[in-house]
Amino acid sequence: MSAPASTPGLVDYDEVVERFDPVLGIEVHVELNTNTKMFCGCPTDFGAEPNTQVCPVCLGLPGALPVVNRAAVESAIRIGLALNCSIAPWGRFARKNYFYPDMPKNFQTSQYDEPIAVNGWLDVELDDGEVVRVEIERAHMEEDTGKSLHVGGATGRIHGAEYSLLDYNRAGVPLIEIVTKMIPGTRERAPEVARAYVTALRDLLRSLGVSDVRMDQGSMRADVNLSLSPRDSGVLGTRTETKNVNSLRSVERAVRYEMTRQAGVLLDGGPVVQETRHFEEASGTTRPGRRKETAEDYRYFPEPDLVPIAPSQEWVEELRGTLPELPWERRKRVKAEWDLSDEELRDLVNAGALDLIAATVAEGAPSGEARSWWVSYLAQQANTRGVELAALPISPADVARVIELVASGELTNKLARQVVDGVLAGEGAPDDVVKARGLAVVSDDGALITAVDEALAGQPDVAQKIRDGKVQAAGAIVGAVMKATKGQADAKRVRELVLERVNA
Amino acid sequence: MSADSGAITRAEVAHLARLARLAVNDQELDVFADQLDVILGAVARVGEVAADDIPPTSHAVPLSNVFRPDERRAGLTQEQALSGAPAAEEGRFRVPQILGEEE
Repeated sequence: MSAPASTPGLVDYDEVVERFDPVLGIEVHVELNTNTKMFCGCPTDFGAEPNTQVCPVCLGLPGALPVVNRAAVESAIRIGLALNCSIAPWGRFARKNYFYPDMPKNFQTSQYDEPIAVNGWLDVELDDGEVVRVEIERAHMEEDTGKSLHVGGATGRIHGAEYSLLDYNRAGVPLIEIVTKMIPGTRERAPEVARAYVTALRDLLRSLGVSDVRMDQGSMRADVNLSLSPRDSGVLGTRTETKNVNSLRSVERAVRYEMTRQAGVLLDGGPVVQETRHFEEASGTTRPGRRKETAEDYRYFPEPDLVPIAPSQEWVEELRGTLPELPWERRKRVKAEWDLSDEELRDLVNAGALDLIAATVAEGAPSGEARSWWVSYLAQQANTRGVELAALPISPADVARVIELVASGELTNKLARQVVDGVLAGEGAPDDVVKARGLAVVSDDGALITAVDEALAGQPDVAQKIRDGKVQAAGAIVGAVMKATKGQADAKRVRELVLERVNA
Repeated sequence: MSADSGAITRAEVAHLARLARLAVNDQELDVFADQLDVILGAVARVGEVAADDIPPTSHAVPLSNVFRPDERRAGLTQEQALSGAPAAEEGRFRVPQILGEEE
């Protein structure tokens, strides 16, 4: 993945690591999955027609007043607690003032020097099982911005555009920004640590149920800060902030690229410019955006339209009680319960299957069946669709229900796969699909006896063989019955009936 | 830019004007620098009477934790939302070319 040696200015990765210590910092923005926006009752659905989820508050019309969404504050506190943060007993929102049309108010309502959660940590497991503790600086509440569409110019980018079109559906959607402290000492594993941290955070947020955490849809976005210090000097270098990093793999690539680029600048005698850079997915490189020092005069001041948030100890403890089993606790428990090796556990984790299997087991399914569905049939479906396992439109509860229907004999394995196909196709819950597609096993002996008698009458020579003691010949009759019932009969029961009816 | 550091400079006014996207000429810089000085001087007097045990106030009403349930409320239609816009296209607000900054 390293850049070609011929590219001027980039330094070979091994040499970067030999001469410099990378220092990471990661900011993650996550959109909460509340029903409504942070400060108004507008819906937050993804993909609606432009400017159809707006009101005077989120459009910043004169006289409109914001009111804080209680559910968003609860999610923020739960995220803070899960990240081992202290929850601030008192804090205000602030206005971040800037001129850019992605916020129609000309400011973003955010938290500045009084974030709701501070000083936490997240233990992050690397691919080989090593654990790195990432210190969390803060998590604060803010609102998302609108979406701009730049029209004209060759690239669709802002430079050269003739004008821009704004959709404010996203403006005001609750956003939590989670900021790490500086992460030193990662050496050659910096790119891997960055990816592992964002992965662990995504899994944590998913288990809390507070966000869709879809990096591809922008409901989770990572900005990667990186600087290089001369090896073992302890002297901090100038950092860059790379935005537009839209997948876990891109997090790793962006860090690696910035390491090789900054090393090139430094070894060339030049200073690294403190700036925002944009990650280019196609080339795996970063390009400069705006310069930081001129852009950061946001004139924050306390938001006069909102009163402070002062979570009581009781409220915080009540929310702590709602924290689910966290991913790493679940892994530890599941590993023991299912008797998995480190390697088996890691494979399930890397396939994104572990939490889904555990959730399916929590819905009452036996672990063996749950594992089998997620790592084979469903993994194939995810692969075919080119999506992650968790993005398949089927829930662990659906899978558990299908397993239950098989166990009770209402579905055969073959029918169960058809039911799952139906759920994936958006036909509803498993029971709906069974009903709509008429997939239930024919368990009514009367109907089966008729089918068996017909099959025996249709193949009198086979029937005679069975009567003569060649029991294995029954397979042909069972096959005919299964065909006649379109696979909806329990083959074992059919066989019993064939042997019974042949002498009737 | 603390109030007791004395006169606000023309350079500071020019900076504020740029941040606020206001076109201010040289003569106006002098006028506004003087006026802002008077305003800051008046506000600074609060510091003379407020003792250390009085916390800064950011809101006139002594309330906290005013929340709204997470329930949807009807907003504006696209047509209503765009009705006050100087220009619109494809259901979106149309704004002039954005220069300088990129987010």
